[in-house]
Parts: sequence; C-alpha cells; structure tokens
Amino acid sequence: MMDCKQATRLASESLERKLKTGEKLELKLHLAICSGCRNFARQMSTLRGLARDYALGEEENPPQGQPQDAGKSSPEE
Amino acid sequence: MPHDAAATLNSPDGKGPPESLQDPHFLESLRQQMVKFARLQLRDEDLAEDAVQEALAGALKNADSFARQSALRTWVFSILKYKIADALRYRQRVIASSELGDDEHREQAFMDALFKTNGHWHKAERPTSWSGPQGRVQSEHFWRVFDACLNGLPEKQARVFMMREFIELESEEICSQLDLTTSNLHVILYRARMRLRKCLESSWFSPNERKTLTKEGRR
Repeated sequence: MMDCKQATRLASESLERKLKTGEKLELKLHLAICSGCRNFARQMSTLRGLARDYALGEEENPPQGQPQDAGKSSPEE
Repeated sequence: MPHDAAATLNSPDGKGPPESLQDPHFLESLRQQMVKFARLQLRDEDLAEDAVQEALAGALKNADSFARQSALRTWVFSILKYKIADALRYRQRVIASSELGDDEHREQAFMDALFKTNGHWHKAERPTSWSGPQGRVQSEHFWRVFDACLNGLPEKQARVFMMREFIELESEEICSQLDLTTSNLHVILYRARMRLRKCLESSWFSPNERKTLTKEGRR
C-alpha cells in the first residue's frame, strides 16, 4: 500500500510525465482514502496555474463574477 | 538625469507598465540591486560583476515570458543566487557533496517535519482544501506572499521550478541545460512544490491561523 510520501511524489511527477497504469491505479486508490493527499494533488495543479499567472501577470481564467484587479498589466503585443 | 531609478523598482508589484521590461531605468536599477547583493555574498568586486553579468544575460533571454516585473525580478535573482553559489563553490574548491546540489540534511529534516516515519502526514501538516474564501482571491497582496514563498526556496529548487513553471520548459530541456538526470529533476521539483504549497498554505490559504508575512519578497 502506497504511503503519503510516495503518493505526493507521484502526484508531483504526474506534472512531468505520464504515470504508468499501475502507478495511476495505486495513486487513485490512495487518494480515495486520504483527504490530505487529495488536497495535495489538487494543490499541485493550482500551483501550476498560479505560477503561470504570476509570470504572465494576468488572470487566464478569471473566476466567475469576481472582479480582478490584480496584475492588470498585460504583454504589449 | 533621473536619480530615482530605484523608484521604478519599488513601485507596487505588477502595476508597472509592461514596457518597463525594456525600460533601461528598470534594468539599470535591477542591475544595481543585483551587484549590491552579489558583492555582499562574494565580497569580491570582479566576481560580483561577472556573476551579475552572466545572470542578467541568461535571464533576459527569457524576458518575454514575464509581463510582471516582480516575477522577472524573482527569476533574475534566482539565477544570480545560483551563479553566486557556483562562484563560492569554485573559490572554496568545495565539490557539491550530493549530485543534486541540494543540502540533503536540510531536505531530510524538512520531510521529517511533514511525514511520520510510516510515510503518512503528521496530523497538523495534512494539506487542507484551498477552496475557502482565500481560494480565488489573487490580489496584489496574494502575489507578494507568492513572491516571498518563491524567495524562500533553496536556489536550485527555485531555479528549476521557475524554468519548469514560468518559462514552461520541458523536462528534457531543463535536464540538458542544468546537467541533471530525469530523476534528479523530479526530486527537485517535488521538493520545490512541497515547500511552496506549505508556505502558501500557512501564509495565505490557512483559514484559521493566517500569518502575515513580515517581510516582502524583495530585497
């Protein structure tokens, strides 16, 4: 049975490579019973989105109905 | 002759016009800040100038990836820190003890603080949901917290993370530029994300005890 350390490691790696079927299955099983790692896995994709927004200085997917005043600057093209 | 070039640098993050990346005043004050930083670290004028020159040249190649001034500054400084570490290592003739160039004791301690010996989260460290009221707010304040968290990463982790997530380089490209194996790269990114998420969670997303960062993420 996969532990949280291994699960978080795989969740991070899934951003760089396609997980093998066995890995995917084990990770899925672990996430089904572990809310901490479930949150971690979601945070990984949030983190990726945040990093890109941060570099670009703009909101790519403005949240519904939330006026954004952060990062008004946009690339000059 | 404008004598307040530093004012450009100190304007609120991200509020500057995007042209400022081509703004010689912004670049000059950035350079001056870097030189000051490098001198403090290296205590050698020539080495400091060299490190800054190399870091700036390397960083500006990717300047298109950045519209946000603070993001560019963070990126440039991460390269500079990396160059400084290299210069120090060279001068002291210390060969990096681990192939990752990461301090393995520090990393071990960091992981031990998060996970029990059975590999599961310590209760207090279990990641929480970021979907609360703080979840979708990306104010200037949030970006300052983000910046500070990035600045808190060890040099190599920061650099690799930014190459991957800011410049969006593919794994193979980062590996060949930095001479890393794929598994090194995975470990470094894992550690960087681990630190960042922890920092963001305790500085921003944690609904109960929201600590305010005392220092802004710039120097």
